[in-house]
Amino acid sequence: MMYVLIVFLPLIASLIAGLGGRKIGDRGSQIVTTGAVATSAILSWVAFFQVAIGGNPLTIELFTWIDSGSFDVSWSLRIDTLTAVMLVVVNTVSSLVHLYSIGYMSHDPHKPRFMAYLSLFTFAMLMLVTADNFLQLYFGWEGVGLASYLLIGFWYKKPSANAASMKAFVVNRVGDFGFALGIMAIYLVFDSISFDTVFAAASSEAGNTFNFLGFEVDILTTICLLLFVGAMGKSAQLGLHTWLPDAMEGPTPVSALIHAATMVTAGVFMVARCSPIFEFSPTALAVVTVVGASTAFFAATIGLVQNDIKRVIAYSTCSQLGYMFFAIGVGAYPIAIFHLFTHAFFKALLFLGSGSVIHAVSDEQDMRKMGGLWKHIKVTYIMMFIGTLALTGFPFLSGFYSKDAIIEAAYAFGPGVGEYAFWCGVGAAVMTSFYSWRLVFMTFHGKPRADKEVMSHVHESPQVMLIPLYVLAIGALGAGFVFAPYFIGEHYKEFWGTAIFLSETNTVMEEFHHPPLWVILLPLGAMLLGLLVSWNMYVRRTDIPVQLAKTHSALYQFLLNKWYFDELYDYVFVRPSKWLGKKLWAIGDTMIIDGLGPNGVAARVVDLAKRASMLQSGYVYHYAFAMLIGIAAFVSFFFLSGGGH
Amino acid sequence: MADFNILSWVTFLPLAGVVLIMLTGGKEEVAARNARAVALLTTLVTFVLSLGIWYMFDNSQGGFQMVEKAEWLGGGINYHMGVDGISMLFIILTTFLMPICVLASWDAITTRVREYMIAFLIMETLMIGVFCALDMVMFYLFFEAGLIPMFLIIGIWGGKNRVYASYKFFLYTLLGSVLMLAAMITMYVIAGTTDIPTLMATNFDSNLQLWLWLAFFASFAVKVPMWPVHTWLPDAHVQAPTAGSVILAGVLLKMGGYGLLRFSIPMFPEASEYFTPLVFFMSVVAIIYTSLVALVQKDMKKLIAYSSVAHMGFITIGVFTFTQQGLEGGILQMISHGIVSGALFLCVGVVYDRLHTREIARYGGLVHRMPKYALIFMFFTMATIGLPGTSGFVGEFLILVGAYQVSTVTAFFATTGVILGAAYSLWLYRRVVFGELVKEDLKTMLDVNKREIAIFVPLIAVALWIGVYPDPFLDVMHASVTNLMEQHQASMEMVKSSLHAAK
Repeated sequence: MMYVLIVFLPLIASLIAGLGGRKIGDRGSQIVTTGAVATSAILSWVAFFQVAIGGNPLTIELFTWIDSGSFDVSWSLRIDTLTAVMLVVVNTVSSLVHLYSIGYMSHDPHKPRFMAYLSLFTFAMLMLVTADNFLQLYFGWEGVGLASYLLIGFWYKKPSANAASMKAFVVNRVGDFGFALGIMAIYLVFDSISFDTVFAAASSEAGNTFNFLGFEVDILTTICLLLFVGAMGKSAQLGLHTWLPDAMEGPTPVSALIHAATMVTAGVFMVARCSPIFEFSPTALAVVTVVGASTAFFAATIGLVQNDIKRVIAYSTCSQLGYMFFAIGVGAYPIAIFHLFTHAFFKALLFLGSGSVIHAVSDEQDMRKMGGLWKHIKVTYIMMFIGTLALTGFPFLSGFYSKDAIIEAAYAFGPGVGEYAFWCGVGAAVMTSFYSWRLVFMTFHGKPRADKEVMSHVHESPQVMLIPLYVLAIGALGAGFVFAPYFIGEHYKEFWGTAIFLSETNTVMEEFHHPPLWVILLPLGAMLLGLLVSWNMYVRRTDIPVQLAKTHSALYQFLLNKWYFDELYDYVFVRPSKWLGKKLWAIGDTMIIDGLGPNGVAARVVDLAKRASMLQSGYVYHYAFAMLIGIAAFVSFFFLSGGGH
Repeated sequence: MADFNILSWVTFLPLAGVVLIMLTGGKEEVAARNARAVALLTTLVTFVLSLGIWYMFDNSQGGFQMVEKAEWLGGGINYHMGVDGISMLFIILTTFLMPICVLASWDAITTRVREYMIAFLIMETLMIGVFCALDMVMFYLFFEAGLIPMFLIIGIWGGKNRVYASYKFFLYTLLGSVLMLAAMITMYVIAGTTDIPTLMATNFDSNLQLWLWLAFFASFAVKVPMWPVHTWLPDAHVQAPTAGSVILAGVLLKMGGYGLLRFSIPMFPEASEYFTPLVFFMSVVAIIYTSLVALVQKDMKKLIAYSSVAHMGFITIGVFTFTQQGLEGGILQMISHGIVSGALFLCVGVVYDRLHTREIARYGGLVHRMPKYALIFMFFTMATIGLPGTSGFVGEFLILVGAYQVSTVTAFFATTGVILGAAYSLWLYRRVVFGELVKEDLKTMLDVNKREIAIFVPLIAVALWIGVYPDPFLDVMHASVTNLMEQHQASMEMVKSSLHAAK
């Protein structure tokens, strides 16, 4: 019952606020949704201690969803350690974001709608993480996509917001295309799409092949890669990442909840959930490693030069998701989920903190128009500072435990893709440190670059916005230290139980504890290097960035324009589709099909009919007549053939 | 209850409404009001009565139920009615949509209201008849006669270019049905009966099957419509009044799919198997081609009409997979599409009634004045995209699961329709509903009224019901679909063994 409540309270709250928002008013809908999600959050922690720490997973079946032949799927709630961790992350961040939104959206005329969307998102995300089969996972998957679409486009007056929301949905659909094909392949091979059945049978399919699009291919590798395409879409990995930065068009609390802490990590969750399949496909895991490592590096390079405060953090998210994926790729699923867990706290903190900044400087997001704010909004400054320390992996803060473990795991995995991931990870760590401190320095230090009008209005956010920051800061400070022993340390086996499967040959979880000293020190060095360079460029000598941009203008433009992915896709996919659509319509339909077929004939008939009668009802007689002739022919044929006797 | 011929009652009850409307006369305004009331009442009673069919329906039986049989023309041509798990839900769909159509025409139709309502009620009888008929002659009569009221509805109450559209509609369907008629006569000569269950058990010669299959296919492919005989549909939709579009998309198109299930597959199993690649090819082309065309449409109704063609492409794929999931998904998708695309046409109707244009560029920013409308339109946009939890998803996914088992290539290309579908639907929504409200004449538009809400609420409820708990619908189909598959497999095996024997 408790688990049912955890999942469905947000849905009920969403419906109340969404449909009855006008009756219960702004305040009412804020109380209902925040209260419901906060209750879910508290219950989630209870569940976390019962299921994850206490070690007794369970599954609750609700009712049948689709039942057709052997395709039999039910709505159910599966609560194991992996789910419990996600429940805690989702509900904790979500309830804090709900609370924060009360303050952040206080000037918006559509508060009930906003709160309803947030709760709807929470519900869909909970359905996703509690899924017991691939189809329910897909339900949650698309559900969060819907909520994301609605929230990115929340300010529907802005054309840019509308474009961004549509882009998010359609790009995600490209990922879902792979995901859906993966589910179909799973059903074909295993005759079931329930996790338990599929996972139990996965090992017996290792090495077998089947026909896919005319090619004989390895079954498990194909399934894994198809599923991974879905994960790439949702988690904004290289190639399908283009929607995430644009998604920053949504209100900042949305960015914190959906595009940093929860939804974008769904891909990581899904792949971790499917560890019993992925473990039997080294090829697929290698692909995951390479894509993840490349994304971590690539996104970090773009983050270096962005000027929009939210976009910097968005690329940072993209990059951190890359870390999680290559952790999975090298077989360190627990570390990936641990990073997901800690990342949720400090990234949400950074986003909500930047929201507080934006709030303070009259909705300005361009960091070039900020600077020197720390004196005016000290609390926010401290919170952002903590978040940055945690993200860059400052010793004993949460990022230190999870991110450094990922880099060490990549090293432990050994030569080949492991090495590639290791160096990408280290390189990205330097850049992460650089752009994170750059953000802090540009925003809070130096001389104010905003005009006087704006500066005179700068004010600290109200308590309702600051309390969530405090809670998240505690998480950013302590989550790594407290939970590392359970997630990745000595207790990891008991903690995860059967939720994550590691094959017998996979020893990364043992080996990463014993890297050479230089591997331990390298990430720390990377962090310091990034910090120093950033300090040098943005505090000590602020003329360097301008100089660099001039001398390396090609590179600068390349990075600033995000490696020209948007332009490329527009050129390769969007325009040809429209062009083809127009041609098919004008030439295919109108010229060829209609021209040869009905138009020629119809034109004649219309002529005839016009001459015959001006009454519309007259036309029908022709048709009735034709039909009568048909029947007459039929009946006379039937009598002539002697059937009447 | 055994003596109560419920199928005939449901089929012909709307005609009682026709008689009543004819009897009421008086001044035009009074007559119009009465006609509306009578039509609404009749369709509602018919709907309630049709639920009795569902109530009495035995899910465990694969054969025909509630059968009525009487001598009619003699010589093997009988009055024969019955339903099975394939046809039953279509009857419910028809009776469910009719009251909604009447309500949708309440204010929109102001001229010749009596005639309009009469046309719709006759239409209802003919449509239900198609799904009940178990005799080919009856089927043909209902199937063809249904075109007359539709032709009138488009031709009289339609838009500016209605004459062209109605003739295009007429020519296409006539051509198809002439071929079907020829095939029916041939079958009658061979089997000596027009009884559908008997014909299902008759084995036609393999070569002949190919010709018969093609003749029937000509008629059904136009009806569905499949690429490349789809071009009548956008024109017909654009010109038809809102309720006409609802019936066209909701029920008339389904007759094509139903015909394939009732005739082509069980009667010509070998030919069906033989032509499956052709059907898959045409369907996949339809999905991608019409989705791309939908992307660039400037007229709201045309866009939705093209999307209908794409969705029907999924259905024909599902039907020809001969798998449980494909067939059931196909049937369920037809029901779902009937509701969702009908609802989308109603959504267009709402704004058309207010501004009298369907041009997308004339709209924009409707959400500011019409938040309720925006919500409703959003719901059905998501349903047509196939968002899980709505009816569009269940059918579509089952079809794809079925298709994947038979041909990964087909499944692969059909699934691309999922991406394109999202693109054109969301883009339409964005252009119409979102954005700044700048156009002067949009600033006075009113949100949906109570009557319109009454139209949409049942549609939303059913779309959600099928999306979340489709079991009651699928349960109806299981036995009949299994039956159909078993027969198909049995005849395929027979062909194989006879081939072996010949060798």
